[in-house]
Amino acid sequence: MKLLPTRQKQPRRARRSGVKREGRLKFISGAFILPSAAGMALFYVIPFALVFYYAMVDNPIGGNFVFLDNFRMLFNNLAFKMAATNTASFSLISVPLAVILSLLLAILLDSKIPLRSQFRTFFLSPMMVPVASVVLIWQVIFHYNGALNALLANFGVDPIDWLKSDYNQLVVILLFLWKNLGYNMILYLAAISNVPVEILEVATIEGCSAVGKFFHIKLRYLSSTILFVTILSLINSFKLFREVYLLTGDHPYEGLYLLQHFINNTFASLDYQKLSAAAIIMSAVMIVIIGILFLAENRFGKDVEG
Amino acid sequence: MHRSKTASGKIAALRAKLVRALLFLLAAAFAIAFLLPTVLTITNSFMTATEITANYGSIYQNAVVGGSKQFISERVNLKFIPDMVSFSQYATVLIKSPEYLLKFWNSVILVVPIVVFQIIVACFAAYGFSRYRGRLREMIFFSYIILMLMPYQVTLVPNFLVTKWLGILDTRWAIILTGIFSPMAVFILTKYMRRIPVSYVEAAKLDGAGEWQIFSKVFMPLSGGVIYSVAILVFIDNWNMVEQPLILLRDAELHPLSVFLSKINSGEVGLAFAVATIYMIPTLLLFLHGEEYLVAGITYSGGIKG
Repeated sequence: MKLLPTRQKQPRRARRSGVKREGRLKFISGAFILPSAAGMALFYVIPFALVFYYAMVDNPIGGNFVFLDNFRMLFNNLAFKMAATNTASFSLISVPLAVILSLLLAILLDSKIPLRSQFRTFFLSPMMVPVASVVLIWQVIFHYNGALNALLANFGVDPIDWLKSDYNQLVVILLFLWKNLGYNMILYLAAISNVPVEILEVATIEGCSAVGKFFHIKLRYLSSTILFVTILSLINSFKLFREVYLLTGDHPYEGLYLLQHFINNTFASLDYQKLSAAAIIMSAVMIVIIGILFLAENRFGKDVEG
Repeated sequence: MHRSKTASGKIAALRAKLVRALLFLLAAAFAIAFLLPTVLTITNSFMTATEITANYGSIYQNAVVGGSKQFISERVNLKFIPDMVSFSQYATVLIKSPEYLLKFWNSVILVVPIVVFQIIVACFAAYGFSRYRGRLREMIFFSYIILMLMPYQVTLVPNFLVTKWLGILDTRWAIILTGIFSPMAVFILTKYMRRIPVSYVEAAKLDGAGEWQIFSKVFMPLSGGVIYSVAILVFIDNWNMVEQPLILLRDAELHPLSVFLSKINSGEVGLAFAVATIYMIPTLLLFLHGEEYLVAGITYSGGIKG
C-alpha cells in the first residue's frame, strides 16, 4: 500500500514494467504455495465438501437428498448425546484450569525467585514426554490398590476407585494439565515480557502495588494471549481422548466416553452419514465458540492494541 | 524520623524476602509434581521384573511371574530407587522381545517422513505467503488457520474419505501424506517470514537475485532457527499420535509404539517401564538439545491475529 503514491510519480513505461514485475512476483511466489495448497485441497478441503454431501443424503451411493434428517437422527442418538455431554464437561473444566494455572506459573516465573530458568525447564518438560510413556505411572498412582489410596489411607480416608468412579474425569484432567500447562506458560511469559517497561515504571512511581500492576496493566496487554491460550486449550481438550484411550483402552467407563470414541465406533460401522453429520456439527460448534472468543477479546483488549 | 524510615524499609525488605521464599517453595512444589511422573518411569525401568511385580503386582493381576515363590504386596509400593539397579528389562526388550523394537521402528518410519516433508513443503508455502499478500492468498492462508483450529474428530473424516478413495487407507501412506499437509508448520513459518524486513529482499534484488535465490539465499538462512523449532514441535506432536493410527491405519502390526504401549501395560509390566523410557528418549534428547528453540517456536505459534 505504501508503494502506491511513489509509483504514480514514475514515468508511464516504468510503471507498466512495475505492474508486470508485480504480476511476475505474484505468479512465481504463488508457485511456491502450490505444493502445500494442493495437498491441503486434496486431503482436507475437497473431501470436506464430500462430508457435506454425505451429511445430507440417506445413502453414500446414489442416495436421496434428505437435508437435515441425519442431523436430527444424530441428536436423538443416545451415544452421541453422551459423548457430546462428556466432551463438553471435560472442556468446561479443563480449559479454565489450563488458562488460569498456566498464567499462575508464568507469574511465578516472572517474579524474582532463584533458579527461574531451571523451573521453566521443569515445567515445560512434560510436553516432551509421550503420554503413552507416563500412563503406567498414572495407573500405579490412581489404581484402586494404587499409591494415592495408600497415601490417603494414612489419613483414614477410605480407598476410592479413581478411574472407575465419578473422579475419573479428574484423573484424566490432571494428566492433561500436567502435559499442557508448560506450553501455555511459555506463551504467557513471552507476552509478559512484551508489556512496555515505561508504563510499569510509571505505575511503580505512582505507588501502584504489584497486584494492582498485574490487574490494571499486565492483564490488559495479555488479553490477546489469553484468547489464544483459551482457543489452544479448547482444541487440546478435544484431544483428551488420547489420554483416556491410553489409560482405559477402547471401552472406557461411563463419564469418559468422548466424541472421539463415538467417531471411532462410527468409523468401525462405516456409517458415513452419521460420521459426516457429526463432523459438521463439531466444526460448526468450534467456529461459533472461537468467533465468540474473538468478539469478547476485541471488546476487552481494544484500548491497548494498535 | 530518619530512624523509623529505615526500620520500615527493613520490614518491607524482610517482607519481600519472605514472599520470595514462599513463591520459591510454591515453584519447587510444582516442579516436583511436574518431574515426578517422568523420573519415576525412568527409575522404575531399572528394576527387575520380579521387583516390579512385587511392587505393582496387585494392579496387574496377569503380570509376568518371575519366580515360583514371590511376594506380591497388597498395596502398591511406589518406589523411587530400585533395590538393585538392573538392566534386565532393557535386555528383555532389546534381545528377547523384538516386537517392541518393531513398534518403535513403526513410529520412526511414520514420524520422520512427516517431519521432513511437512517442513520442506511449509518452507515453500510460507515464502509464498510472505512475499506477496493478495486477497486470494489471504483467504487461502485463513483456511489454513481454520483447519489448524479443527480437532481431529473433524479432520479425520475427510482424511479417511480421501485416503480410502486413493486406495491408501490402512497403509502407512494414509498417515504420512495427511500428516505432511497438516497446516501448523506453514502457519508458524509464515508468521516468522513475514517479519523479515523488505530491505533484505530489495538488497538481494539489486544484486540481481531472482525469486529462487531470494528464497534459498536470504529467507532460508534467516529461518534456520525457527525451522528447527517447528521441526521439534511437529516431531513431538506426531511422536505422540494416537487418533490417526486408530482410524487411518487399522492394521495393528503397523501401529506406532504410542498406541501399542497402552496394550502392554496390562500384560508384561516387567518390561513396560523400559519400553516407556525408550520411547521417551528421542523427545527428551530433542528437548535437552533444543529447549531454547522449542521455547522460541512456541512463542512464534502464539497469537492468531499477528
